[in-house]
Amino acid sequence: MIQIDHLVKIFTMGENEIRALDDVSFSIAKGEMVSIMGPSGSGKSTLMSIAGCLDVPTSGSYLLDDIPVEKMKDSQLADVRNRKIGFVFQQFNLLSRTSALENVILPLSYSGLSARACREKAEKALELVGLKERMKHHPNELSGGQQQRVAIARALANDPALLIADEPTGALDSKTGAGIMDLFQTLHRDFGQTVIVVTHDSFVAQHTGRIIRLVDGRIVSDALNANPLKAGTPRPGAED
Amino acid sequence: MLLSQNLRTAFRALLANKLRSALTILGIVIGVAAVVALMAIGNGATSSITNRIASSGSNLLNIQAGRSQRPSPGQPFNQTNLTYKDYKALVTTLTDVAGIAPAYQSNYTVTYNTLSTSTSVVGVTGDYFSVHTYTISSGRALTDADGASQKQVAVLGTTTVTDLFGTEDPLGKSIKINDKSFTVIGVLTPKDSSGFNDTNDTILIPLETGYNKLFGANAIRNGERTVSAIAVSASSADTVDLVSSQITFVLRHQHHLALDDDDDFRIQNQAELLSTLSSVTTTMTTFLGAIAAISLLVGGIGIMNITLVSVSERTREIGLRKAVGARKNHILFQFLVETMTLSIIGGVTGIGVGMAIAWGVTALNLITAVVSVSSIALSFTFSVLIGLFFGIYPAYRAANLHPMEALRSE
Repeated sequence: MIQIDHLVKIFTMGENEIRALDDVSFSIAKGEMVSIMGPSGSGKSTLMSIAGCLDVPTSGSYLLDDIPVEKMKDSQLADVRNRKIGFVFQQFNLLSRTSALENVILPLSYSGLSARACREKAEKALELVGLKERMKHHPNELSGGQQQRVAIARALANDPALLIADEPTGALDSKTGAGIMDLFQTLHRDFGQTVIVVTHDSFVAQHTGRIIRLVDGRIVSDALNANPLKAGTPRPGAED
Repeated sequence: MLLSQNLRTAFRALLANKLRSALTILGIVIGVAAVVALMAIGNGATSSITNRIASSGSNLLNIQAGRSQRPSPGQPFNQTNLTYKDYKALVTTLTDVAGIAPAYQSNYTVTYNTLSTSTSVVGVTGDYFSVHTYTISSGRALTDADGASQKQVAVLGTTTVTDLFGTEDPLGKSIKINDKSFTVIGVLTPKDSSGFNDTNDTILIPLETGYNKLFGANAIRNGERTVSAIAVSASSADTVDLVSSQITFVLRHQHHLALDDDDDFRIQNQAELLSTLSSVTTTMTTFLGAIAAISLLVGGIGIMNITLVSVSERTREIGLRKAVGARKNHILFQFLVETMTLSIIGGVTGIGVGMAIAWGVTALNLITAVVSVSSIALSFTFSVLIGLFFGIYPAYRAANLHPMEALRSE
């Protein structure tokens, strides 16, 4: 599914070279749910943008669904993002002036489908996240959890091979966040969706079956998590 | 991405900032309206001048005294005159002419009862009416017989009639020109006179009557009766040049000019005057249009400015669109549709406003503005191109944003 080998990403800031990723190699099989964990500045965001085809590596190779994407041109990357990848962001990033349905239609509209097919697929995705009744609502009429569900529906609309969630619960309270994690786990368990959760929070990471830890652009550990936390488990030390 | 969807997105984005969009559109509206209105006014001026010259007879040759060049240094500057004798010589020698009309023009105070006005009094012969294409709306025209018997009769222009008589019927009434009595025998049909002097503010009297009763010594120079001008109407457009050279020949002979002397008179060809004037007014129209186009350009810069603001405000949206699979072209197109929408709405509204201004100017009788299809097509095309041209740069900037950085921006 994902095969990353000796990935290096160097940013040049003035005269300084910053090695955001330094010889990173790993692979993720289809149907896995993986956390990429690390403190800020560890390179996890860089890794996420390369894995999500938002950026290209300085060197190294990246096979996504057996397609080498590291040398792709801008427009080809856009198509890969459109068909293979669904993003979920911490800040939801919904278009505020459009309804939930139109937000979900957005990625579909770039894939050349007919307006009707777009609408059908979008409605299906919204039904999957439990928001079919609210699809005419605008983001400001929805709660934070509902907004994130719309964002997840948007990410799922094109049946992506890979779902990438960047701190998906970061802007939500713990109860709502648990609901979102539950949704990811359901998608993983019941639909075999490959999911990558990028987070700095080890509690969130423990909800996934495998945790890759990143420090200073290098992988420091890559371990299976035999007993992932069930969503809704109280955070250790939290009163509740 | 379908065009309809792009249009919807564009409208939504523009409606989100109504005032801003409206002000941006206003810039284009003013520019387009200025182009349409000014071109219409320019075209109107051109056609009114052209019509006026055409209506005064297009085969007309107008002869006036005076050298076309100043004498070379050392030579005396002779005041030259056209005389009644010159006119008579032309009458006996010219062929291929439809009419020869001498005129002596002078300004007098004219009174009727208690009302008085100062107007131009012109001594004319019977040919004057046909040569200058004057027609009579009531009464009769002057004839050569009126001059021969030195009748004290006058034909009035409509403006003079209004000044002296108001609504009263002037026919048969006696007016006083410089204290000499003249009977009104006719009124001229008004002529189009959108110019500096009113062609309808005039009094025509028989030339011979004028010499004997009115003009006095002023009209005599070196013992000869002078005329202000002689208008000659050629029999057709083809004979204008022939007649012109005949006149030159006759007048040089009359004035005893030596072979190397310059002409001491000028022959003005209406056709030439027409083409000169219309080329001047066309240049003016173009000039006006060009000035208006500058304001359209300023409007375009306004579009660019607002689109740049819009791009930086919507950086995250652009980042998101790219993250979910929008290609550069999609983003480029999205913003171009927005700027084009602004400029097309502005263009159409501007054409409407421009036509309204042209209509208003015409309705107020200032000038007959003529809105030309070409000026509408030109300014519309221009405004669309401006939307495209000034939209390209901001749209290009938006399309080239890095998706990850765009998503992280505040």
